[in-house]
Amino acid sequence: MKHRGKGMASINYPIGMNLGGDPSQALVHSNPSGKFTVALSAIDLGQGMKSVTRQIAAETLGVPVEDVYVDTADSDTGPHDMGSFASRGTHRVGNAVAVAAREARGVMMEAAAEELEVNASDLDTDGLGNIHVKGAPHRKISTKDVAIAAQFKQGKTIAGRGIFLVPLSEVDPETGEMSPATCYAHACLVAEVEVDDETGEVTMVRMDSAYELGRALNPRMVEQQLVGGAWMGVSHALYETPEPYYPEPIHGPRDYNEYVMPGPGDICPHNIAVLERPALDGPFGAKGPGEMCANPVLPAVANAVFNAVGVRIDDLPITPEKVLRALRQQGGAKPQQRR
Amino acid sequence: MLELRKDIFADERDDNLKEIGKPTQRQDMIGHVTGTTAYFDDHKLAGMLHLKVLRSPHHHARIRRIDTSEAERSGGVRRIIRGADVPRNLNTLLSLLNFGKDDEPSLATDKVRYKGEPIVAIVANTEREAFEALTKVRVDYEQLTPVFDVEEALKPGAPVVNETYPKNTFEYHGKYDHQRLRFGDVEQAFASADHVLEQRYQMSPIEHAPTETNGSIAAPEANNRFVVYTCAQGLFFSLDTTAKILDVPSNKLHFIGGTVGGGFGGKVDSLTEPLVTLAAMLTGRPVRYVLGREDEMQFGSPRGAERIYVKDAVMRDGRVTARQVRSYFDSGAYTRLSSYAVIKCAAHIPGPYTIPNVHADIYCVYTNRVPATAMRGFGVTAVDFAIECQMDKLAHLIGMDPMEFRILNAYRDGDMKAHRREAKNTALIECVQVAAEKAKWSIRDEYKRMSSRAGGGGARAAIPHTKLDSGLQAPARPAPQRTSYDRPLPPPVAPPPPAPPPAAPPANVQHGAARFSSVFGTRRR
Amino acid sequence: MKAPVQFKHNGSDVAVFVDGGASLLTALRDGVGDTSPKFGCGQGTCGVCTVLIDGEVHLACITLAETVAGRSVETADGLKSGPNLHPIQTAFMDNFAAQCGFCTPGMMMAAKALLDRNPSPTRADVIDAISGNICRCTGYEPIINAILAAAGSRQRA
Repeated sequence: MKHRGKGMASINYPIGMNLGGDPSQALVHSNPSGKFTVALSAIDLGQGMKSVTRQIAAETLGVPVEDVYVDTADSDTGPHDMGSFASRGTHRVGNAVAVAAREARGVMMEAAAEELEVNASDLDTDGLGNIHVKGAPHRKISTKDVAIAAQFKQGKTIAGRGIFLVPLSEVDPETGEMSPATCYAHACLVAEVEVDDETGEVTMVRMDSAYELGRALNPRMVEQQLVGGAWMGVSHALYETPEPYYPEPIHGPRDYNEYVMPGPGDICPHNIAVLERPALDGPFGAKGPGEMCANPVLPAVANAVFNAVGVRIDDLPITPEKVLRALRQQGGAKPQQRR
Repeated sequence: MLELRKDIFADERDDNLKEIGKPTQRQDMIGHVTGTTAYFDDHKLAGMLHLKVLRSPHHHARIRRIDTSEAERSGGVRRIIRGADVPRNLNTLLSLLNFGKDDEPSLATDKVRYKGEPIVAIVANTEREAFEALTKVRVDYEQLTPVFDVEEALKPGAPVVNETYPKNTFEYHGKYDHQRLRFGDVEQAFASADHVLEQRYQMSPIEHAPTETNGSIAAPEANNRFVVYTCAQGLFFSLDTTAKILDVPSNKLHFIGGTVGGGFGGKVDSLTEPLVTLAAMLTGRPVRYVLGREDEMQFGSPRGAERIYVKDAVMRDGRVTARQVRSYFDSGAYTRLSSYAVIKCAAHIPGPYTIPNVHADIYCVYTNRVPATAMRGFGVTAVDFAIECQMDKLAHLIGMDPMEFRILNAYRDGDMKAHRREAKNTALIECVQVAAEKAKWSIRDEYKRMSSRAGGGGARAAIPHTKLDSGLQAPARPAPQRTSYDRPLPPPVAPPPPAPPPAAPPANVQHGAARFSSVFGTRRR
Repeated sequence: MKAPVQFKHNGSDVAVFVDGGASLLTALRDGVGDTSPKFGCGQGTCGVCTVLIDGEVHLACITLAETVAGRSVETADGLKSGPNLHPIQTAFMDNFAAQCGFCTPGMMMAAKALLDRNPSPTRADVIDAISGNICRCTGYEPIINAILAAAGSRQRA
């Protein structure tokens, strides 16, 4: 017989390497026709490092995103970055890019001001490739013409450097006092499962969630992380491990046939809400969703199994064998309060 | 599928941005769909050789003898690399941050500590010839008793996994075998609680299993340098680890990467770069070292298993008044990054809740298995599993709705956290409220009205009396934050025995703990 | 000893020399220079090397190169026609169906094989067609949506 159950979990997640001390640098410069390169040594694992930094640069510079290209990673040309882990990329690299882009923008506006014979503070970018006098949009110059003038006439380099560092924190050996992070992301997830009390199999029915991540710099890319991460969370909860009999190191999977993960036929609908409480020190307030997207799923699924059949599996993954053993010990399924 | 709740915290945001917030197409998407995105292995170099490693079949063994004579004569073999060929054959990844002792060889010489540990590297014309030569290497092992369970490993008399840490635990602050968190008085809270619940949780190891396996290609480049195409998650981390192990100046190495076929934490360890670069140096040819899927599955470093004991005190009215956590990280045979995860875990306890009494002991334990490494949620995923299952059990115990239970105990702006820092920019309550709404999980009105921005601080901002293990009182105020800029310098390390004078003196590291090449190296422009 | 293999690669005649026992994946990546099919396992369990041989889905890593002599091999590299993207490629872009991109070439070839023989697949048909292709990043949902969208757009074309 199949039983449905709902379970939830709520979490937070620290942004950046624990204790800080993980710097990132960026260089931004314009070519002769006003197209910008962002030079990094940051790593794109698929999470979208190149894309999100491109948008941050474009926003900060005030130019169309098509006029920005992110070049990474080459140790000869990209300044130091600690690496892509600890949900640090958007926050640390993003901030470094914003700093560098601000400097480059400053030079660009000064050069434009000289061409238009106004003060730089009278000018604004239109985000479409032009710089114009505030309140007088017809008095403008293209970023291309500014770049030409800056480099060939004025002798200015439209370029900027940026570094972002959260200074390394101490750790007290007796109390554990420390500054682990400057901001945290949050999430709450509800998992609905169906448990078959004859096979022990747990099937995902649906997930509903809310993730707070500071600022959704690109909602489609945020969606990619949250959907993909939650899938991985389901996999952690119900399927995968290289040591199925841990701590006994036997019968370890050697390939994808033996390393079980949910396939396209095992996924369930996932309805996600995104909240934004900007971090005081994030680029446009952004935090980083890359890791915490998986975390709430594990306990939510375990709690849902309890709600469905009344057994607690405290040992991951929640395999059919473990469910059946627990049901047998309990004397059968005991569905809990319906939600 | 994604709903943006712009109404929440709207007064803290300026939503009038031009590019930020737009669903702009990814810069790399066109490359992905045309198959032109270039990963490390998409670089074809003329005359490329292939490197494969011989791995230990035993969990724990002394190496009596390694005989490569037959393998050397095997068809297509160019070079065999042994531990003695590696300039600095003992390393730990976080030595770049002055954290921990060098404990792991690139190639084992006298002992193997996990099944799969590399012993010998063979460089041949083709992968097939490298594999064939591996079968001809003869190693005499003396098997030793392994230990696989973290709590067994901590018992007196347990087999010593890693002689650098003879008690099978990492050493913290020069004196403890664990990281402590002490806040308030859990014993008093347990004594006066309505319910005390103690449970054990076990998180399994997890393999990252990205579709692109670990690997790199190294080749001699112009001007006596070496280029390395890599899938590393930290470019300079990998470059500096390689430079240290090969004892070469960092600017002799040119690392190119940045486009990786999935990482999730499994490509931080520099599993292939040092050996493949050494092979390129020794042969003068491009060399490729890519892990096969079976190696990646069983010998590529996993998320380490964690065993977590949680003991909580809860009152009938729903308040969690104490949380005591004892957690064991299974680091496997070597430290890698687990030592850092322990501290991150300690900082995370007791979760996003304001609990007035918190006590934690977090251990990094060595066992005879593949060394663990970072993975998505490092230091936090497992303890969140334990905490959130525990919260569900507590709610059930006192008959309270799990959502309302979270909201009641959630931290709010201004609350004091167990690691003695003020909670800011919190949003747990709002996430719970929105998730409940989406899941049509009804909660009472008073819980719908609660907010992260109300009800925090005040008495909740106080640091409680905390008795330390020594019997002394902990300070009642947070310590003034000392940063890497004003920390005292680490004690000078004794130089190695005199060798022929070096060509140029190495850069003298003074600033803080970090020693990364681009801070002192040069940019070629 | 190297053996010659002649075959059609994305419509063009090619000839390469391969070691005995070499896989089609090696022949394509090293011989022809087409790096769009990827190495993920070499065991035929992940699908990132998926190519079409005479229109059928095959795993290049466990296909002997010499067995494609005289046959037609299609890879992701050949999906475009001139500068124009194939509807599958456009659909993958529009649906943000790639993150790291490593599974994408194989995934698109599996999709092409499906849509070439079944222009109006159901969701279940799509799931069936891509069940041999591992994705570790996306959670599959955007990929399924992309393939259904590509089917829809081909119908409208």
